[in-house]
Amino acid sequence: MNLKQKNKVRTWIVGVSAWGIALLLFFPILWMFLTSFKTELQAISTPPTLVFEPTLENFSLVQERSDYLKHAINSIVTSFGATILALLIAIPGAYAMAFYPGKRTKDLLLWMLSTKMLPAVGVLVPIYILYRDYGLLDTRLGLIIIFTMMNLPIVVWMLFSYFKDIPREILEACRMDGASPMGEVVKIVMPLAWGGIASTGLLSIVLCWNEAFWSLNLTAADAGTLTAMIASYSSPEGLFWAKLSAASTLACAPIVAFGWLCQKQLVQGLTFGAVK
Amino acid sequence: MQRAVTRTLLAPSVISLLLWMIVPLAMTIYFSTIRYNLLYPGEHNFTGLLNYEFFVTDPGFWPAVNNTLILLGSVLAITVVLGVALSALIDQPFFGRGAVRVLLISPFFVMPTVSALIWKNMMMNPVYGVFAWISQTLGMEPMDWLADVPLFSIIIMVSWQWLPFAILVFVTALQSQDTEQKEAARMDGAASWHIFRYLTIPHLARPVAVVIMIETIFLLVVFAEIYVSTGGGPGYDSTNLAYLIYSQALLQFDVGIASAGGLFAVVLANIVAFFLIRAIGKNLTV
Repeated sequence: MNLKQKNKVRTWIVGVSAWGIALLLFFPILWMFLTSFKTELQAISTPPTLVFEPTLENFSLVQERSDYLKHAINSIVTSFGATILALLIAIPGAYAMAFYPGKRTKDLLLWMLSTKMLPAVGVLVPIYILYRDYGLLDTRLGLIIIFTMMNLPIVVWMLFSYFKDIPREILEACRMDGASPMGEVVKIVMPLAWGGIASTGLLSIVLCWNEAFWSLNLTAADAGTLTAMIASYSSPEGLFWAKLSAASTLACAPIVAFGWLCQKQLVQGLTFGAVK
Repeated sequence: MQRAVTRTLLAPSVISLLLWMIVPLAMTIYFSTIRYNLLYPGEHNFTGLLNYEFFVTDPGFWPAVNNTLILLGSVLAITVVLGVALSALIDQPFFGRGAVRVLLISPFFVMPTVSALIWKNMMMNPVYGVFAWISQTLGMEPMDWLADVPLFSIIIMVSWQWLPFAILVFVTALQSQDTEQKEAARMDGAASWHIFRYLTIPHLARPVAVVIMIETIFLLVVFAEIYVSTGGGPGYDSTNLAYLIYSQALLQFDVGIASAGGLFAVVLANIVAFFLIRAIGKNLTV
């Protein structure tokens, strides 16, 4: 074999194994998606049904039985609400640390990250009691507050690493022209770091959307998110696979599609820009 | 002047995080020293360290500590090793790379409650699950995954969710690897394996550290997967600390013991975090 043929064989081996592994890892999602179009009988048949006439009945049943739309709206409101709030709080702070670093800036950053290490279970009891006493249990506002605090350290860190990449000279020129700090943020920093702010926001939305601990423990009928809706299908009377699959597909589809679209930005976000 | 401005800009994030940290923590410490059960209101006697004693001598305590650490260690090992291998594989040119990448990273975006339900019902179910069907086809006895190997089942689910994250990070890191260096090594007759061993692996040191750090933050407190799939059982076989505290607080309503447990979880997380943060702090340039 000459070199060209050898390379071709190599490409094929790599391609086939990569596709094989990818399909294997994707299989549970594919299976969930396919099952959501089956009847209940087809869903549990052994050997598994591969050829079937797809039905949309399950999807309408999910809406009827557990009010998908209400949960979806709760998920949207809480993830976007918490993300916007976290960005509003974090942008000025990250800006100050990136452009006016002091002696203790590094300690401050590490301290912020350390609050992320505070396990949710460690503070579940007091939060639950505070929320009960102040009427925040099962409200969207309550969940937005929690999600904001949960993601704030990561949001600050990410914004900080993006802001630090902005060349100082631009800001200095702007300052000479007499811009105020707030003007600097709005007119220079935000436009230049727009990509970074967007990936930070995207990641925060994904984390809120999939968050389970707080939504399961602090919400019920009113503010329940999609995560909570899905958990209700784990009870014995909910064991209908086709409906369960339809509900799961509906709950995941928006955020999985979102993840596909923004994979590159998400990596930068998740690694605080440390990996590019 | 400038200092005042900086402080004002920092105030919202610092104050909110400070409150978020101190208020619940102080309450947890207080609750952990009193007898407080939501089922018996009005009885709030100071009990000293009794709650801690109850928590530590709970039959579920040691299994939970063990399970927490086993889960963390195994998932880290699986995701880092397979993550490096798979990202090195898909870093090479082949047909449909983009599509493969999309398929590989998808599990990361599936919410934990959904992933637990799919695995529990459609994959691992001993009668109708895909695994059972495969075993039967191969002429083997199907096993009841969640009952027979509950912790291992949880490890599979959690690894499945976090492997994509590792791949995502490593692939991105590999793209920034110096191709000229690789070419030069190849010209000098270095074998692929040697290039991987002496160029790629060292290049991945930092991303590996980042992956370990982020995963640790999330894996120490795995909850939804256990809540939905095994409920911590059978017995305490798949109970981790997060789940144990949850069951004390919201299933048995014992705020005092749960708070003591909560503080224990905080201390454990901080021991792990101490080493992690020191490692990051070294690399952090401000």
